[in-house]
Amino acid sequence: MRQGEAAVAEFLQFAFSGLTVGAIYALVALGFTLTYSAAEVVNFAQGEFVMLGGMVTVFAAAGGVPLPLAAVLAVVVAIAIGLALHRFAIEPARGASAVTLIIITIGASILLRGLAATFFDKNYHSLPSLFGNEPWHIGGATLLPQSLVVLAGAAIVVLGLSGFLTRTIMGKALRATAANKLAARLVGINTSAVIGLSFALSAAIGAIGGILAAPITLTNYDVGSMLALKGFAAAMLGGMGHPLGAVVGGVLLGVFEAFGAGYVSSQYKDAVAFIVILLVLFSMPQGLFGNSNVERV
Amino acid sequence: MRNVLKNPYAMVIGVALVVVVLYPLLPSSYYVRVAALAFINALAVLGLNVLMGFAGQVSLGHAGFFGIGAYAVAVGPAHLGTPSWAALPAGVVSAALIAFFVGRPILKLKGYYLAVATMGMGILFAMVVSNEANLTGGPNGMRVSRLILFGWSASGPPTWYWISGITLVIGAWIAVNLIESPTGRAFRAIHDSETAAHVLGVDAARYKLLAFVLSAVYASIAGSYFALFDGFVTPETTSFLRSIEFVVMAVLGGLGSILGSIVGATILVVLPQALTVFHDYEHIVLGALIIVFLIFLPAGIVPSLRSLLQTRAS
Repeated sequence: MRQGEAAVAEFLQFAFSGLTVGAIYALVALGFTLTYSAAEVVNFAQGEFVMLGGMVTVFAAAGGVPLPLAAVLAVVVAIAIGLALHRFAIEPARGASAVTLIIITIGASILLRGLAATFFDKNYHSLPSLFGNEPWHIGGATLLPQSLVVLAGAAIVVLGLSGFLTRTIMGKALRATAANKLAARLVGINTSAVIGLSFALSAAIGAIGGILAAPITLTNYDVGSMLALKGFAAAMLGGMGHPLGAVVGGVLLGVFEAFGAGYVSSQYKDAVAFIVILLVLFSMPQGLFGNSNVERV
Repeated sequence: MRNVLKNPYAMVIGVALVVVVLYPLLPSSYYVRVAALAFINALAVLGLNVLMGFAGQVSLGHAGFFGIGAYAVAVGPAHLGTPSWAALPAGVVSAALIAFFVGRPILKLKGYYLAVATMGMGILFAMVVSNEANLTGGPNGMRVSRLILFGWSASGPPTWYWISGITLVIGAWIAVNLIESPTGRAFRAIHDSETAAHVLGVDAARYKLLAFVLSAVYASIAGSYFALFDGFVTPETTSFLRSIEFVVMAVLGGLGSILGSIVGATILVVLPQALTVFHDYEHIVLGALIIVFLIFLPAGIVPSLRSLLQTRAS
């Protein structure tokens, strides 16, 4: 019986940490999916928005700005940079091939990382947790209050985004652009503005993720590259271009990693995640939620 | 001049001439070293370009094959008793076999799905290398013993300048020959439309696999050279960022251009060296340059400049 309880506690522990990390991956994947749907750009600078969210908040707070205001400021900075990325790097390269656009976003991510290292610093920083650092004990497992903040925050973002996409005229314009850009333009949608909006939204979502996660995972100028990789993998696992797929893919990736680290090998936790992704893609080449498109010749 | 630009064989001879003429112009052994590194990277990018630029298949995991070559010449002599001259071909054979068996299921995926699958494969290899410390030295890396051929030991920048320069010319020659052959036409047909190529009787799966294995061979040779030249190898050699670097080199120089691979690799090897004068601003400048280059030369440096020259001329 004792052994059974310990196994349950262990299972819960892995589940908690997997869900927390997965929520962050889900937000990054959501950002990938938004710009991909609207602009057909896989934006590898997506991870840098997460970095900016954490770092701007840390440094604004250190400069005397009250924490809530610092967080808002970080989101605003990320949105401004997202819009600038679209205006000065993506739009001028309109008509370039998908691979060229990806490399441009990689250039942007190197640039942003360089800017962060210069303007801020190269150290690790943390933010205070919203409800303190006293862990709760549930079924023998410990849960940090901030984990719940991350989960709740991510859930609010996801619900808010889904409401925005289905209920508002701007959200509908975004979906129309994603479905068929030419047709959207014919009915009078300013598709260029909509694409800008998709960059602003994905930047804001990334920054919120970065602010929520900073108290647990710490942040520095270099956190973006690994997150971009994981977020991209999560978006592909769910099926690129599907917001629901991105969320499910992100959470699953986090959970695979946590259970892989716990039950298989902590050194090979990423391996477990990628092997699962490969197996999923071999049986479902369009991801979990992707529909098989017929190729046009 | 325009005929020279168009004739790919003349281009290879041009590259050979540059390799020969450049050497006495390099002022110090530091420059010779940078040039050798550019050649080694160009070799890997050349293979990747055959896969991406001609057959149209993305790989974000080529550092994996580069790493197989690098660790073959490191681990082979140190732990398995393989003589150094045999470790390099052993690495090539391993890379080719892995590419063959992995490529069959993976190449059924398309576009970004293929990108994420190749990325996963590359990361798996990097993880094995950094975790199996008793074999590979783990994150700290390991020493690589010198290449010894018939009692002659290859070391120092000048030796590796010539070895990698000559191999690059041979590699470019083979790539050009391949691309001008029916196989090359099959690659391009698959690139334009796999379905259409299939309808015309091109065995797409077979040709994609061929391009994948070939690019793995190029990357493995380049990786072996890199490790032997440096005398040391770390998991950095095989990291995801290095895979990205190879893709950036290929795209910056120009996908589907053999000369572009060499130009792209040279720029990305030389640029960070030149940018060290900017100290902390190095990454800012590098990122900005990549963006600016690709906005103004979206097809890559060599193809975009070539079409500019052609419109000027006519």
